[in-house]
Amino acid sequence: MSVVNQAPHTALDRVNPVTRIAAAVIVSLPLLVTLDWVSGATMVGIVLVTALALGFGAGFIARRVWPVLALAPLGGLNMALYGKPGGAVHVDWFLVHVTDNSLRLAVAVMLRVLALGIPAILLFTGIDPTDLADGLAQVWRLPARFVLGALAGFRLVSRFVDDWRSLALARRARGLGDTGAVRRWATMAFAMLVIAIRRGSKLATAMEARGFGTAARTWARESTVSRADLVLIASCVVAVAVALVAAASAGTFWAVWS
Amino acid sequence: MRPAQVRLDGWGWRHAGRGAWATSGVSLRIEPGQRVLLLGASGSGKSTLLHALAGVLGSSDEGEEAGSLTVDGDRPRPGTCGLVMQDPDAQTILERVGDDVAFGLENLAVPRDEIWTRVRQALAEVGLELPLDHSTERLSGGQRQRLALAGALAMRPGLLLLDEPTANLDPLGVEEIRDAVGRLVSDRSTTLVVVEHRIATWLPIVDRVVVLAAGGGVVADGPPDQVFSVHGHELAALGAWVPGIGHGLVPRVTPMSRGAVLSAHDLTIGYEADRPVRTVAALDIPEGISTTLTGANGSGKTTLALTLAGLLPSLSGHVEASPAIAPAGGRFIMLSRRVGGSHGESAMRRYESPTYHDEPVTPTSREPIRTDPGQWRSRELLTRLGTVFQDPEHQFVAASVADEIAIGLRALKRPTPEITTRVAELLEQLHLTRLAKANPFTLSGGEKRRLSVGTVLATSPAVMFLDEPTFGQDRRTWVDLVRLVTAQLDAGTTVVSVTHDRDYLDLLGEHHVHLEAAS
Repeated sequence: MSVVNQAPHTALDRVNPVTRIAAAVIVSLPLLVTLDWVSGATMVGIVLVTALALGFGAGFIARRVWPVLALAPLGGLNMALYGKPGGAVHVDWFLVHVTDNSLRLAVAVMLRVLALGIPAILLFTGIDPTDLADGLAQVWRLPARFVLGALAGFRLVSRFVDDWRSLALARRARGLGDTGAVRRWATMAFAMLVIAIRRGSKLATAMEARGFGTAARTWARESTVSRADLVLIASCVVAVAVALVAAASAGTFWAVWS
Repeated sequence: MRPAQVRLDGWGWRHAGRGAWATSGVSLRIEPGQRVLLLGASGSGKSTLLHALAGVLGSSDEGEEAGSLTVDGDRPRPGTCGLVMQDPDAQTILERVGDDVAFGLENLAVPRDEIWTRVRQALAEVGLELPLDHSTERLSGGQRQRLALAGALAMRPGLLLLDEPTANLDPLGVEEIRDAVGRLVSDRSTTLVVVEHRIATWLPIVDRVVVLAAGGGVVADGPPDQVFSVHGHELAALGAWVPGIGHGLVPRVTPMSRGAVLSAHDLTIGYEADRPVRTVAALDIPEGISTTLTGANGSGKTTLALTLAGLLPSLSGHVEASPAIAPAGGRFIMLSRRVGGSHGESAMRRYESPTYHDEPVTPTSREPIRTDPGQWRSRELLTRLGTVFQDPEHQFVAASVADEIAIGLRALKRPTPEITTRVAELLEQLHLTRLAKANPFTLSGGEKRRLSVGTVLATSPAVMFLDEPTFGQDRRTWVDLVRLVTAQLDAGTTVVSVTHDRDYLDLLGEHHVHLEAAS
């Protein structure tokens, strides 16, 4: 399925997909509650070096993270112009106050966006939905009914894309393609809804006929966590600690509540 | 596997919220290992009966039950019988072939080591020996149905239920399924109940035919020969394809074509510029006769038809309509558009017509003629190129059957009395008069198909495109459709059909185009 994008083979393939999600949470939490440039810069550095060491190519990283790279300066610019003023004033015009403090904030925000975005993108890249479902149900013990229902439903999404395209072409064939975009969209949305419900209920019948949801089930493939998962989580904790200690020793540590 | 015994005593079912019973008064006894073909008019409750035997009809919240129905003496529980349904798309459950077959075994709490042995065995039995992690997205319809069959078989059911398993398949897919089922039931280790219009397909396998009456109960029951000699014509009239009773139609005398109404040159077709489906060097659609397009799955038949019909713009090359049908008038602007990748740049012309030309113009018109249907306005297509989509539901836009037919005529701003007359006339011709006020989405499969053809006939296009018009249709609708198409041809319309149907090709393959698989 096209939703599963071509990701390079990396050492991350050896960890359970749910561990990747846990790792992303561990990396981002401390960064969400602090706001200084040293911890952000340290984190970006650690993440890039680790990603290259894990086997992500530089070209692949660049292709994947460019939206974050584009977003970061925007956030930074906002902070520079409108951030909390303090210290020497460089520009003062209407609502715009560019000061030492706001410039410091701008740099910190830019680094923060990168430090949050890059690891999240790389960790979520190439997670196979089937493997993720195995992990969610077996490692995290989420209800099988919910996890497998979502997984089977997810498969229907690509069919809906085809349906929507046919619906649009059919409107053109019926002479409704020139005007009345809102009305046309409404007829397509209605048809899509009917088709989706039909297909969903057929799928539910097929699943029920195969005994789904009746009693305790087994799993054809065991989803486990191993030492590799432990190493990933431990590395994330260490990376976060290094970033925070670096900020503290540089004297820039700045929690959002202070 | 031990074959199951089925008993029904005065059984009936009424879906919650419906006044009429889906089926009622059915008394039937199926012995272990029997292979039964279940027939009946549309609406006689065949699918309801199969779903009941599979235990998926639901609880008393979902309907009311009468009489009794047992499999091996018990009320059927889901997961004990194997059920394969009609729509290959809607019963593929998981993303990987192996997982999909394993799904039922997991639900039955089969131990892990045993699961994979049984998965491999089931896939081998249906002749689908693919890697276990092969993506189910990439299977053909026939392969998907065999996958569903493997999923049912892996559970080792004593009763196998097939609900029109081949209705949506091409002839090759039909044979694949029939042969796979034939191998499975040959040792009588499974009781088989199959519902299907195409009787000849299943005749070599079944040893008993049961016919349900539309009003409830069983009309006929016995060995195939006996049932067909007594009730053959009655069943044919109900829509079944009874062996020895053909469609009774003969090919019309093909007239000489006056030339090409549409032609394609160096065409590259597809939905997205960076993913072309195929190329077509040269193709002419002769005016006034029937062109049939065949080809394997993925050969781009539908994409080609949609491109010729002016619905999909060509990625490169061009489609040209004859001056007899091309609209004229309007400014025209040269635009250039990047068509991506290897196709390079191509200039495309787009026209904006200040006035709408309803009727085809003569070649003597002084205004510039716009020959690329992909650039015509949507309304300009109505009287020129009409398209009946493979799935009728894709083209329904109105709240009632009558409105559905009227919509094209209203877009053409025809006077109201003319619209009323034309709609009434078409409803009659399509046997839909009593359903004039019904919502199109609530019709049966055959009714939907007839209505979708009617929406196109309403505006009398010069060329009519039909994508798999006879797919999954019973004999009655089939004969209706072929008659309608033939009448259009006799009236001078050009018809282009994408089809797999051999009988249809025999009658309407006046100009046959076979597309080799796209490279």
